[in-house]
Parts: sequence; C-alpha cells; structure tokens
Amino acid sequence: MSFWEFFITRLDRVWALTLEHAWLILVAVAIAIAVGVLVGVLITYSRPAAHGALYFCQVMMTVPSLAMLGLLLPLFGIGFTTGVIALTLYSLLPIVRNTYLGIREINPAVIEAARGMGMRELSILRRIKLPMAFSVIMAGIRTATVMVVGIGAIAYCIGAGGLGEFIFRGISQYNKDLIVIGAVCISLLAILADFLLKRTEKRLSFRS
Amino acid sequence: MRQRNRVLGWTVMPLFLLACGAFTIYYFVENPGGAMAARLLIYPNVFKLIQQHVLLVVVSSLLAIATALPLGILISRPRFRTLGLVVENVVNVAQTVPSLAVLALAFTFLGWGFNTAVFALWCYSLLPILRNTYAGIRSVSPSILEAARGMGMTPGHILGRIELPLATPIIMGGIRTAVVINVGTATLATFIAGGGLGDLIVTGIGVRRTELILAGAILSAVLAILLDHLLSQAEAEFG
Repeated sequence: MSFWEFFITRLDRVWALTLEHAWLILVAVAIAIAVGVLVGVLITYSRPAAHGALYFCQVMMTVPSLAMLGLLLPLFGIGFTTGVIALTLYSLLPIVRNTYLGIREINPAVIEAARGMGMRELSILRRIKLPMAFSVIMAGIRTATVMVVGIGAIAYCIGAGGLGEFIFRGISQYNKDLIVIGAVCISLLAILADFLLKRTEKRLSFRS
Repeated sequence: MRQRNRVLGWTVMPLFLLACGAFTIYYFVENPGGAMAARLLIYPNVFKLIQQHVLLVVVSSLLAIATALPLGILISRPRFRTLGLVVENVVNVAQTVPSLAVLALAFTFLGWGFNTAVFALWCYSLLPILRNTYAGIRSVSPSILEAARGMGMTPGHILGRIELPLATPIIMGGIRTAVVINVGTATLATFIAGGGLGDLIVTGIGVRRTELILAGAILSAVLAILLDHLLSQAEAEFG
C-alpha cells in the first residue's frame, strides 16, 4: 500500500486527531494569554517581582516536557487537564517576557504626557501601553503557540490525546507512514497557527 | 558586586542544584514505595541512567557544535549568500517539526538504540546553532568590515579577529538553546530504547508508580536547570 492510499484510509482519524490537538493548544494558549499578559503587565510596576517572575518562567521552560508531564501527573491525574496545564506553563515565558519588554520599551515621555493630560493608570494601560506593546506581545504569543504545538505531541502519553497518537503508534508498530503523517500534520498545524495569528495581528493593529 | 555575583553563580547555585539531585536520588532509593519500583530505584541503575542521559546530551551537542559552526561560517560567506537565505527559511520551517517526530523518524531508518537517539538529537540541535552562527556573523556592521579591509586584513583574519569575536554572544545563545532542547529531547529517547532518565518516567507512567515518575522527572528537570545555568554563566563570562 502506498503512502497516499494509507493516508486516505485514515483521513477521518487524521481529521479527528487534528481537531483534538488544535483544541488542546487553543485552551492552553488562551489560558496562557490571560495569565501571561496579566502577569506581564503587573510586573512592570515592580523590578524585583519582574526578575522573580521571569526567572520562574525561564526555569519552567527549561524543564523537559516529559518531566513536566510526569511531575503534574500525580497532582492532576491522567487526561486532558494535565496536558493543558503543562502546555500553559510552557507558553507562559514568551508571553510574560514579551508583554513586560513591550511595555518597558515604550518611550517614557509618551506615558508622562498621558499622565499630564490627566489620564488614570487604567486608561493609560488600556489606551496607550497595551496598544503600543501589541505587536511585541503578539510575537510572544506566536512563539508560544508554535512551540506548544510540538510539545502537544508528547501529551499523548499522559492521555491528553492529539496527533501524538500517530507518532507513538508508529513507533510501537514500526510503521514509518504513521510517523510521517503525525509529524507532517503537527508541523502544518504549527505553520497554520502561526499564519492565522499573523493575520489576526495585522487586522487588529490596523484598527487601533 | 558583579564579581561577587559571578562567583556566586559558579558556586552556590550549581551546588544547590547538585544537592537537590543528590537528595532526590537518596530519598527515592530509600523510599521506593513498593517492590516494583524498588527493583528499578537502586543506586547503580539510577546512576547508569543519569550517565546515559548526560552522555546523550554531551555527545550530540558537541557533534552539533562541530558541524553547525563551520557550516554557519561557510554560508555566511558572500559567495554563498543565496544559500544562506535558503538555509534560514528551511530552518524556520524545520523548527516546527516536533522533537518527538525527529526521534521517531530517525528510529524508522536506524532502528532502536542509543546511537539513533544521538543522531536524532544531533539533527535537531543543528538548527539553532546554524541559524545563530549565520545571524551573528551577518549582524557585524559592514562599516567595521570595510575598515578591516581598508587596514589590509585578509579574509581569514577578518573572520578570526573580527567577525567571530563580535558574533560570539549570539552564537553562545544558539548553543545554549540547542543544549536545553537536547536535555529535554533526551528524556524522550526512552521511546526508541535510547536510555536516559525518561526510562524512569515512562516506566512509572506505565505501571502507575508515582515514585518512579517523580524520581525521573525531578532528576531530569534538575539536570536541565543545572546545564542551562552553567551555560548562561559561561555566556556572561565569555560572551
């Protein structure tokens, strides 16, 4: 059986697993954006907190993905939740760091002027800091997403589902086609996610 | 102050991490929690796995540095300009392939074992070093190169005395990224029978023994943090 025939017989499985994988990534990245941007904004107000938070995220990122899943497994059990938590922890660093840097790099004179015009801190944040840091924050989100799509493959071994199934099955059945399908689907998903985020960024920044 | 930070970075933090690792080994070997885990959690076995893990990372990283550095220098030469651009784009796409898939694909060609794992790790860690070497050399300002040429320096001299020293921080950054990726991917080597600390984690997940999972996970995490710390220290020193 040629590769293409093999691929076509498995098309519905490919589709189901791709959706499962995408859902896992979507939930994890959505949580990471909510937490990461909030933390990134908060730590711009305190230098020691910024050092602490960035160091914490750096360490999180260094921990091997299989080890992270192993550490979370006794706490949260087998399944989707553990996968989401692990992926969220991995995607925090790029998002937190880029939010922090994006806001720190705004010209202080702009913020001074806003304050002089009588804007309050919250509206400075909403109308000036976040829009000006937007492209840097989006770059962080893109890095995080692409990275997490790859790590998502490993989440299969703790029962979180996704395209990792093809790769793990391929190894245990010594089936190259399965592995190639898994690898290509994951890469395409990462490239697609990156592309969509780039489009979103362009559209949103045009409006503001 | 800076001097003190440097000395602290080379001593206190690594010693603390080593102590964490030693305590983890001691604790889990003494309290394996059940006969199944007790058979795997013995000192010789744990040390053998740590040794395999370190060997995987060190061999593959050294090979990657030895190949990617000359390649990066080569494609940054003006003669290979177009090749450099091609490589840059290929690297960007190749980076989206998950590390697990690289291991699995290497396995289908080369079969089970340690050597396959080293090969896969080498392939995967080539990219960050290659990209950073190229980017680092390209980032040297043309006016500096012009000045060097004006002083009568030969291309070899320019490379050795100007381009490489100026690109060192960026190249070091690439090497650090590569090593950290390798430590992480080395835990996955267990899936293709490549050994390493992943053995403990995966066996632990299979037989549902938290002690095995935690021992493997904590030790590989400590190892990763230790190596990353040492490299960032080296980066600050020589970069």
